[in-house]
Amino acid sequence: MTERKPPHSLAALDARVREAQSRQAGAAAKEPAAAAGASALGFAWRVGLELVSALVVGVAIGYLLDRWLGTKPWLLILFFVLGSAAGLLNVFRLTSGLGGTVGYRKAPEAGAATERRGNDDDDE
Amino acid sequence: MAQAGGHSPLEQFRIEPIVPIHLGKFDVSFTNSSLVMVIALLLITAFLLLGMRRQALVPGPFQSMAEIAYEFVANLLRDTVGNEGKRYFPIVFTIFMFVLFGNLIGLVPFSFTFTSHIIVTFALAIAVFIGVTILAIARHGWHFAKFFVPPGVSVALWPLLIPIEIISYLSRPISLSVRLFANMLAGHTLLKVFAGFVFALGFAGFVPLGFVVALSGLEFLIAFLQAYVFAILTCLYINDALHLH
Repeated sequence: MTERKPPHSLAALDARVREAQSRQAGAAAKEPAAAAGASALGFAWRVGLELVSALVVGVAIGYLLDRWLGTKPWLLILFFVLGSAAGLLNVFRLTSGLGGTVGYRKAPEAGAATERRGNDDDDE
Repeated sequence: MAQAGGHSPLEQFRIEPIVPIHLGKFDVSFTNSSLVMVIALLLITAFLLLGMRRQALVPGPFQSMAEIAYEFVANLLRDTVGNEGKRYFPIVFTIFMFVLFGNLIGLVPFSFTFTSHIIVTFALAIAVFIGVTILAIARHGWHFAKFFVPPGVSVALWPLLIPIEIISYLSRPISLSVRLFANMLAGHTLLKVFAGFVFALGFAGFVPLGFVVALSGLEFLIAFLQAYVFAILTCLYINDALHLH
């Protein structure tokens, strides 16, 4: 090998080193990367899974509470509905870019202007 | 990959005890699943120790791979959690490498895929879930309860919304574990089913054979992708625990 690529210019290297250092020092946390699942199929998978898993948890809670309290079908029915709602909530969070997380981190900006009645919990 | 006909495509998931051990009522035998997990741990350790043995300034192939793995997880953690996240690097890196090696070892013919068992993935997910919950309570104390109260909602709706939020929170380990488990189970079953057709179809068997080759490539992608998904969701949960709304 006599002919080699010219070495990177020192200036470019310097810039990269400084960029890496500033990253180490820690720029502010970015938005959580739009949660994984690159393909559309993967996304569809996640949506179905979020729906079903919340439903499973709801039904399990209802069933166990029923067995414990002896109120046979009623709590199961109640928690079935709550579980479905939680599943839809999960999907809503997933699709509206809140990530697969509990909470509404984006809500304060959007919600503060429109929501008037929510002043009951003022301590933030 | 395809053992000759007559075998069920699900036979690859069978757990067989190698060293039977019984503690009281519990069967804690050392199984083929345990064996593969130990192999995975040894491989990870060897991969990192051998890779970083020389610590050259210009890395060789193994050092390069070890560094890529490190940087990948470090960047993931920094992008999702921020600088605070560095403290949780060891656990995320461990989980990522364990899942990744579990998935990849499963792709070696005649081996065993421990990530295709719900109990393994669920144990990982519930460990993450409990750890993150403890972290949140340790960080925020009673403030943690506010996690389940949607902001800007009138008190009249709390009895309805708080159970929904709690169910949504409890569903995390389930969706986390089922995602990994279902992907590995489905992929490996599909491979075996197509491989079975290769013999059944006789001369036309090269068509499913082509599918098996293509699916094997896809399985490699999925092995990496699912390890990545598991790691990034762990990061997101840690982020949630650190910064409650």
